[in-house]
Amino acid sequence: MPTGIVASDTDRSELPVWRLLLGRPTFLAGAVILLFWVVCAIFGTSIAPHDPLAQQLLATNQAPSAAHWFGTDQLGRDVLSRVIVGSQTILIIAPLATAVGAVLGTALGLALGYLGGVVDLLTSRIVEAVLALPALLIIFLFMVALGVSTVTQILVIGFIFTPLIARTVRSAVQQESQLDYVPGARLLGERSARIMFVEILPNVIPTVVVEFTVRLGYAIFAVASLAFLGFGVQLSTPNWGTDINANYGLLGAGYWWESLFPALAIASLIIAINLVADAIEQVLAG
Amino acid sequence: MAIFLLKRLGLAIITLFLLSVIIFLAGQVLPGDPARAILGPLSAESAVRALDHQLGVDRPLLTQYTSWITGLLHGNMGESYQYQSPVQPLLLAALVKSAKLAALALIVIVPLGILGGVIAALYAGRPVDRIITLSGSSAAALPEFATGIVAIIIFSVVLKLVPFPPQIQPGASLLTQLHALILPAIPLVLVLFGYIARMARAGTIEALESDYVRTATLKGLKRTVVIYRHVLRNSLLPTITVIATQTGYLFGGLVIVERLFNYQGIGNLIYHAANAKDFPMFEAAVLTVAVVYMVATVTSDLLTTVLNPRQRTEAAQ
Repeated sequence: MPTGIVASDTDRSELPVWRLLLGRPTFLAGAVILLFWVVCAIFGTSIAPHDPLAQQLLATNQAPSAAHWFGTDQLGRDVLSRVIVGSQTILIIAPLATAVGAVLGTALGLALGYLGGVVDLLTSRIVEAVLALPALLIIFLFMVALGVSTVTQILVIGFIFTPLIARTVRSAVQQESQLDYVPGARLLGERSARIMFVEILPNVIPTVVVEFTVRLGYAIFAVASLAFLGFGVQLSTPNWGTDINANYGLLGAGYWWESLFPALAIASLIIAINLVADAIEQVLAG
Repeated sequence: MAIFLLKRLGLAIITLFLLSVIIFLAGQVLPGDPARAILGPLSAESAVRALDHQLGVDRPLLTQYTSWITGLLHGNMGESYQYQSPVQPLLLAALVKSAKLAALALIVIVPLGILGGVIAALYAGRPVDRIITLSGSSAAALPEFATGIVAIIIFSVVLKLVPFPPQIQPGASLLTQLHALILPAIPLVLVLFGYIARMARAGTIEALESDYVRTATLKGLKRTVVIYRHVLRNSLLPTITVIATQTGYLFGGLVIVERLFNYQGIGNLIYHAANAKDFPMFEAAVLTVAVVYMVATVTSDLLTTVLNPRQRTEAAQ
């Protein structure tokens, strides 16, 4: 019956967002994989079967076996342990970089969308110029110029995300500004900063959340790609991209396990975040 | 139409100018002294300063920028520090190599992406659609080196169909070159599939919901005829534009793929130039990528306007 359908629709939209998310298989699949990697990152060395840094020069390039499920690399290090512990670097840098971009981008987007005018015009032009280059190339340029460290990676990726997120937030803010409550607040004599951050901001939060999850996937992509290009942060912990960079030359010799497992780890993490982002986007949009 | 074209070109030129400034400044902040990079860490300070003077890198920034940009506008890209020879022929050779790889990827992906998108649209909301859409967007988000590694393992290590790393002898026949390029093209194809399929899907769904398709169906035309004659033609419009923009991406995204396969295209050239502090090479190569990207974007804008009468009148107004 038509009325019944309408009624159940309203019930559904009244459910809290997390209940809607849990009802989506794509979200569940993504969240489970993501959780797996977060657990690996937190407990790292305590769940890894071997010391990821221990070299066994008598057991180099060993194929996967019962003792070493993912085999050993050219220095005889256990690949499984390196894959488990390797989740740490990427799961620290990528979310922080995305957070930097989300905070700055939201602030910039609010200002551009609400204030408009010359600043908006000028900034849009510069943003477009920067976007005329592939993002990875720009990040790469800055890494070469500024040198590699955890802080520079977080800031550079965050700064690249800022205009991208600002652009989306800006158009959301422009839509909000058309609604009655904004001129209303202005008539009440509220200051611009208060209107932007107290009145408009809460209403564009869903947009920011979607942007955050989508960009998080790209941040992982960027951090891993930089490491593959030899611009990985040199910490004492293993790094998936760096490991692939060090070992893919041996693919021709048939030592596939040393590159395959880190590559699958990166792929699974990105796919997990994409599934989660896709679900969040659909739930917030519907 | 002419005004729209001029406006679009004008914007592109302003963007390129801003970009040239940004790239020039980025080149300037690259740490290390070019003469020191050429001569090595053990050479005398006076020799380094003499070479710096000879290269002209001790002049004020504005002078350096103007002489660089006037040179570029006259078709002179300067001399590469690392090879001690003009940038132009080296850059051109790399560009041709990258273009070959990009062309191969496009030839494979365009029909495949359109087919995937149209199938997804015809089964919109059903499992086939979800599988195509989700796998497309996931593949597009994966780093090229991760998919590249899997491709190498499958086709080179397990099946032994293609050699890794691919070796192309100078003067090899087109077929041999093509054979060696299939493997590097796979990660590019995977990235682009999602984009093109998504656009083709959206375009097809829009066309399927339109009045003229309903009329055609009600007129009693067969489903295949409706799809061929009415839906496809209209759904391909947004797809063409996305293909043009993605050509730009192909050139930019090549750094990773060319590193992985040690293919001496423009991506590898930029990588080496940046590491060797080879400013002229680096700046010219990055700007070239930007120009390719820009030309692709303007072309896609133009194509949309030319192919879509509604936008043509809007642009004229």
